[in-house]
Amino acid sequence: MADKKRVVWYLNQFFGQIGGEDKADIPPQKRDGGIGPAAGAKNLLKDKAEVVGTVICGDTYFGENVEKAAQEVVAMIASFEPDIVIAGPAFNAGRYGVACGAVAEAVSDNLNIPVVSGMYPENPGADMYKRYAYMIETTNSAAGMRKALPQMVKLALKLITGEKLGTPKEEGYIPRGIRKNLFVEERGAKRAVDMLLKKLNGQVFETEYPMPNFDRVSPNPAVKDISNAKIAIVTSGGIVPKGNPDKIEASSASKYGKYDIADFDDLTSADHETAHGGYDPTYADQDPDRVIPVDVLRDMENEGVIGELHRYFYSTVGNGTSVANSKIFASKFAQDLIDDHVDAVILTST
Amino acid sequence: MVKEIERAGLPVVHMCTVVPISVTVGANRIIPTIAIPHPLGDPKLPADQEKKQRRQLVEKALKALETEVNDQTVFES
Repeated sequence: MADKKRVVWYLNQFFGQIGGEDKADIPPQKRDGGIGPAAGAKNLLKDKAEVVGTVICGDTYFGENVEKAAQEVVAMIASFEPDIVIAGPAFNAGRYGVACGAVAEAVSDNLNIPVVSGMYPENPGADMYKRYAYMIETTNSAAGMRKALPQMVKLALKLITGEKLGTPKEEGYIPRGIRKNLFVEERGAKRAVDMLLKKLNGQVFETEYPMPNFDRVSPNPAVKDISNAKIAIVTSGGIVPKGNPDKIEASSASKYGKYDIADFDDLTSADHETAHGGYDPTYADQDPDRVIPVDVLRDMENEGVIGELHRYFYSTVGNGTSVANSKIFASKFAQDLIDDHVDAVILTST
Repeated sequence: MVKEIERAGLPVVHMCTVVPISVTVGANRIIPTIAIPHPLGDPKLPADQEKKQRRQLVEKALKALETEVNDQTVFES
């Protein structure tokens, strides 16, 4: 049917059915028709639209070459001449969320067609790129696919058929920060006083202009003399002693570990490994110094470049781990670090 | 985590590969690293060169800790 609208879908290597973390470094590639969730959307799109192509890119490739990858992906998307692009859903997968968002930005800039995506609000890709896509708010794991997919498709159909959209809340997408003028029954002064009265009475009310949440912490003063400073290592890369004694979860970590490295000049595959389930562990398992530079810092300590390498490092798995948990972990061990007279921290992330 | 450590009063440098995430999260001193699965190493290099490269990155991180910043700063190479 000639009047079917054309949809192109963006997926990562996993949902694109190419492979797991071992395939996360594949460059962009395209396929005719829909794959994975894109194939699942067929019935939902009915006779109004069809998925004409799928573009797939490995999450690590994208994360390491964001601008280049976005340009490559957008060129492939353009070759299908779509009316709309759907990306994800990425749930709480950070690299995938950033990829979906960067694709949305590149599509908006270059092709001038709408993009629908889906992710968990804490996904860093949501805040970074929400201006460029209608991002359906999803759960934090792929278990939410069955709920997310119909919502995404429904919104996409509205966009391509020109149907009027409701508010972000009504449609279920993350607010894009776009202001729309509209006429309402009651004038502003009355609405403001009504809200104030509700607030005074402890009733629920909804603001018309939510304040952006800029949680920024000012930088602390620099370290005066690094050769006298005690430096501690913290990582979200999941490095743990071999066997993962605290059983830190491979994703959505509920805890962190504190590990003694006083006896180590160098971490090796014999004594340490990664517990992280969100990246290919081959390289970190071979040589954990690739994630936390214990060997180098020990040398520097011996040479007097730094005062001291703190005898404990702190580690968790930053893979789908909630912001709330991360905050709790860090506020706990930061106090430990201060009590132990640590002067500065090197935090590494994968 | 980086923000909570800073909030507690300790200067902290974030070494990571996906810099835009670090900026969004709110790190103040940021050092771009090599790759997601091996931020502080490159398995393609011979061991001695790999360690040398790691040392250079750590030196940059220490330098960042010694540098006064007023705002979020990415210390490019």
